[in-house]
Amino acid sequence: MNRLLNVSPSPHVSGDYSIKKIMYGVVLALIPALATSIWFFGLGALIVTLVSIASCMLFEFLIQKYIIKVEPTIWDGSAILTGLLLAFNVPSNLPIAIIVIGALIAIGVGKLSFGGLGQNPFNPALVGRVFLLISFPVQMTSWPVSKGILTRYADAITGATPLGVIKEGLKNGEAFSSLMDQIPSHMQLFMGQMGGSLGEISALALLLGFAFMLFRKIITWHIPVFMIATIYIFSGILHLANPTHFADPLFHIVTGGALLGAIYMATDMVTSPMTPKGMAIFAIGIGVITVLIRTFGAYPEGVSFAILIMNAFVPIINRYIKPKRFGEEVSNGR
Amino acid sequence: MLKTFRKGGVHPAENKFSANAAIVNAEIPKVAHIPLGQHIGAPANPVVKKGDQVKVGQLLAQSSGFVSANIHSSVSGTVAKIDNVIDSSGFSRQSIVINVEGDEWLESISKTDEVIDDLSHTPEDILKKIKEAGIVGLGGATFPSHIKLAPPPGKTAEVLLINGVECEPYLTADHRLMFERGEEMLIGTMLIMKALKVNRGGIGIENNKPDAIKNLTELAKKYDGIDIVPLKVKYPQGGEKQLIKAVINREIPSGALPIEVGAVVHNVATAYAVYEAIQKNKPLFERVVTVTGKSVKNPSNLLVRIGTPTKQLIEAAGGLPSDTGKVVSGGPMMGKSLSTLDTPISKGSSGVLLFREEEAKRRSVEPCIRCSKCVSVCPMGLEPYLLMTLAENQIWDRSEEEKTMDCIECGSCMYTCPADRPLLDYIRLSKASVGKIIRSRNKPV
Amino acid sequence: MSIIVIYTIISLCALGVLAALILYFVAQKFMVIEDPRIDEVEGMLPGANCGGCGFPGCRGFAEAMVKADDISDLNCPVSDADGMVAIAAHLGHEASAADPKIAVLRCNGTCDNRAKTNHYDGAPNCTIVASLYVGDTGCTYGCLGHGECVDSCKFDAMYMDPITGLPVIDADKCVACGACVKACPKNIIELRNKGKKDRRIFVSCVNKDKGGVAKKACSVACIGCMKCQKVCPFEAITIENNLAYIDFNKCKLCRKCVPECPTDAIHELNFPPKKVAAPIIESLTKETPKENNHN
Repeated sequence: MNRLLNVSPSPHVSGDYSIKKIMYGVVLALIPALATSIWFFGLGALIVTLVSIASCMLFEFLIQKYIIKVEPTIWDGSAILTGLLLAFNVPSNLPIAIIVIGALIAIGVGKLSFGGLGQNPFNPALVGRVFLLISFPVQMTSWPVSKGILTRYADAITGATPLGVIKEGLKNGEAFSSLMDQIPSHMQLFMGQMGGSLGEISALALLLGFAFMLFRKIITWHIPVFMIATIYIFSGILHLANPTHFADPLFHIVTGGALLGAIYMATDMVTSPMTPKGMAIFAIGIGVITVLIRTFGAYPEGVSFAILIMNAFVPIINRYIKPKRFGEEVSNGR
Repeated sequence: MLKTFRKGGVHPAENKFSANAAIVNAEIPKVAHIPLGQHIGAPANPVVKKGDQVKVGQLLAQSSGFVSANIHSSVSGTVAKIDNVIDSSGFSRQSIVINVEGDEWLESISKTDEVIDDLSHTPEDILKKIKEAGIVGLGGATFPSHIKLAPPPGKTAEVLLINGVECEPYLTADHRLMFERGEEMLIGTMLIMKALKVNRGGIGIENNKPDAIKNLTELAKKYDGIDIVPLKVKYPQGGEKQLIKAVINREIPSGALPIEVGAVVHNVATAYAVYEAIQKNKPLFERVVTVTGKSVKNPSNLLVRIGTPTKQLIEAAGGLPSDTGKVVSGGPMMGKSLSTLDTPISKGSSGVLLFREEEAKRRSVEPCIRCSKCVSVCPMGLEPYLLMTLAENQIWDRSEEEKTMDCIECGSCMYTCPADRPLLDYIRLSKASVGKIIRSRNKPV
Repeated sequence: MSIIVIYTIISLCALGVLAALILYFVAQKFMVIEDPRIDEVEGMLPGANCGGCGFPGCRGFAEAMVKADDISDLNCPVSDADGMVAIAAHLGHEASAADPKIAVLRCNGTCDNRAKTNHYDGAPNCTIVASLYVGDTGCTYGCLGHGECVDSCKFDAMYMDPITGLPVIDADKCVACGACVKACPKNIIELRNKGKKDRRIFVSCVNKDKGGVAKKACSVACIGCMKCQKVCPFEAITIENNLAYIDFNKCKLCRKCVPECPTDAIHELNFPPKKVAAPIIESLTKETPKENNHN
């Protein structure tokens, strides 16, 4: 035989997993949510999404090629996913220039400044989103009202999100029950009939994606379930304590970014803990902070802040929450 | 529900192509290279010299210490030389090279196929014969068997487990042995139980070998105390610790041996070798080897004399496919890849695996995305991603804290890693370095 | 408004004074009395913290120097001879300057000289390869070529030559700290005397196999033929396990062994180019006693 044999340490077989498959799997799982968004908000949603993805990929390419001088990795799917998630977290009528700035912050500051894929402590899409929210508060909170697929990008009519309606109303001293009448029913909220960020509106579509990701074993159930359960229980306690001031727990789950955050943002592999126990702590923390910001804070919505705050705790969670080692509990069989 | 171990594990494609190929005798080689170190521990001391005439079964080298084993000739002929040969460990080590002439066996070895069911031996007798026959763990670890059969003072064995799991993909040598030589294997098990003075024995078999389970369940009715335990298919169930957890639900504490929980584990091939050593007076000089691969013409199970070059086995299985990119001795998860096809078969070689070129290459390494898949599949509850990072930065004290020494090198982490990172390569480095530090610390000053 | 500013300034100043007082008393109370010479010696050391001396950093070495009664065993490889003499004088010891040393790679198994017998496909780390198998060439002793020595070098004095596949030592930057010697799992790198005018002669091979086996694996391997040993007038060459070794303390750099070697395994560095073959030996024999006198 002329060819040389390959020699390597074991194992000699490898599973059918790859980073690309994981990234594109998440992108695929987000397609139903994108479709509902286009259905409710019109083509604006599509324009925002495409601009966001394209600029994320472009910035990743430019920075990797000319500043860090490494082989660009724009096709590994992570930049596409960041772009998609960034778009999902902004209103569907956001001016293009602002989206591009958001993409630059997300990719440049949120991801590549820490050393690229796998090194960033914070979720890049949320870094971009929060940067935009603080820098452009007006544009970032003029939520288009859902008028159907034929809405044109430029002339969307804006209104408040359900969470915003409650927060503003309570601030102005309006009665809680009359505020609840202004917003759609829970069923409509579940389907996605509400104002809000592009991708967060339809709980149904997001849950479809969740099922798909669980089926493909891209994520585990721990973070979404613990996070949603925490929001439900915590806001439920508040609701029971004072039903005339605090919204019911189901309302907290179907509105705002709770589901989008729980299923897609908090589960971001790079910025979430490594062990199931750590994931539970992480998710419970997010849930508690979310409800605190929503009910007592200045902003009507707090999922992105909650996730970023808990992201900062991930290294310490990883350091002290260890998986149960084999043999730690001595022989239980006799 | 079928029993299995709980923590971690993966399920690689089984690819057991040779499951239905009956065991056939491989041709005796023209020149046999018999390595002196076919076991864990000190290599044996040769007792023959250049020019000596040897017969099949004759002692070639004497066990040279506590952890060591005898080596016997697998062929008859003249000793040509004692020289360095690259053996299946991957290193160049001393081997006895024999030019084969005929096939003349020692008279004391019984060559009949008749099943001898004589259980009247005393435990001391059995132990002595096992030691003399040079029997080592044939599952791949090659730990001298007589040591495992003599529990250290203060410890007593309660149960003998026979490992018929064969969780490695591709391999079928143990499977065929259990199916074709089931009765002999069970007698061997009874003998080991007797040597250990235990009356409970369990044979763990994964559920993907229904014919072997059926055959042994039928046969085991004759032998008191032996249970056949079907197990769910999951890698690395053949690991000692995982098997004990799966069959009797006991966890060996970190750093301890199975005897700590009253269990002793042997491989089915070892049990068969014990039968042959005691009932046929035949030392360990041949074993069943699976030769397989996706491009191999006739995947087969061969009864091979120790010292046969790998090349010859590949010929026997239909020749070397032109697209071969890698040859592995042992299973795909834990086997060693060979650098040359002249490598002789030794006591620990359970299979010869031929990978096609496209399967032989590792994929390119990408950055860790902390997906935590390695943590979730680790059967020992370790964090492979962390151990690799620590090893890359040579932080050995922290590696020890993170229990790097508990790693059983099953390779599940690397199998599952989506970024194709060389996790196990670095964990081995970490184990070697930390092991060295621990040994130097324990040494009396 | 102005009152607020004044109050602010006053209160800040007061805080500053208070903090300074606390710091002063704490520093007095917890002062550690140290030999002032440690600081002085540390200042004279190069400050590379390479660990080449065997102590944890330059300060550790300075402490050891100050404490030791006899400093002849202590040597900072990074300092030049004058530096060490100066430190010794400063501490009131006899000046003892060790011969300057340099790292030398004892393998010439380039891709041309040593054919590959298999292709290594695992993690690119010499120690991992060394614990896996003999290596990807026929030679079981030679350089594995994954550059662990280069990674260990803190002085940027090594790099991997992409053509030969071997590390190259930059003589100007090498300080003989010995990090690469420790890093190499095959023990190929050796610290040798730098030699007069940087001239060195060494056997560039560590293969202990029998001549035939070694030669088959690598065309420039030492085959243990003993020719060099016979020709050496100073008994500097020993042969053990089919491998020649030149003792740099005995070698007088006469170069007689170099042309003797049938496989060109003996390397000479920084010598002027040879003249015609025959007169060399004559001229060298004349030169040798002269060099002898020098030593």
